[in-house]
Amino acid sequence: MVVRPLSDASPRVRVQHGLFDVAQEVAALQAQDPRIGAICTFLGTVRDRNAPGAVGSVQTLELEHYPGMTEKSIEAMIDEAHRRFDIVGARVVHRIGVMHPTEPVVLVAVASAHRGQSFQACEFVMDYLKTQAPFWKKEQTAQGSQWVDARVSDDAALARWGIHKPNA
Amino acid sequence: MQVHIKYFASIREALGQGGETVDTEARTLGQLRDVLVARGGPGAQALARERVLRMALDQQLAEEDALLRPGCEVAFFPPVTGG
Repeated sequence: MVVRPLSDASPRVRVQHGLFDVAQEVAALQAQDPRIGAICTFLGTVRDRNAPGAVGSVQTLELEHYPGMTEKSIEAMIDEAHRRFDIVGARVVHRIGVMHPTEPVVLVAVASAHRGQSFQACEFVMDYLKTQAPFWKKEQTAQGSQWVDARVSDDAALARWGIHKPNA
Repeated sequence: MQVHIKYFASIREALGQGGETVDTEARTLGQLRDVLVARGGPGAQALARERVLRMALDQQLAEEDALLRPGCEVAFFPPVTGG
């Protein structure tokens, strides 16, 4: 799969089938504002197994989303991150469709003047996304395919920020 | 009123369709869910009260008491698992 170059008007939230390039995303974020002195990134990748001790390894992971709502909900999460933290910019790229172990799934990149705020905001956006953005994962193993269960621990992660919106 | 419904993931699979438009007298999301369950068929189980599911109204997460409007877009889906 080919990574396409970013256009200047590349939006801060993208949901796409294709691979993305972390360095390119970081460079695009960096170029937005000379006040930036820190960029924190989280990269989620496809594991070869889900539950601890799960039988059989994951051959493919398929991601479904709710077109329109997904993008809007992540935009709202970034707006909330701007209200809570002193950050300069952020971008989120999330893949959908069929992917294989070791491939990237999601990138959250947040920029601030100093590192503290972007570290926190990056974790905040990711915790929010895990439990409130409409994506669903389905794993394919040699035994067949099954939808991935939501985790209560992800609800707890969001609750640390004072947001109580149980998902699992 | 007419309401556009979307289904996703395991619920979409169970119902065998990604969505439908219905004419309903339901006033809230919860009432609409009850109406769809009462129709029987695969929806009775997929949308049953004992199942944990999430709902959206006009592409925003919403609760059972959210008020429907003519032409609104409603969605039913399982807990989300992105990231």
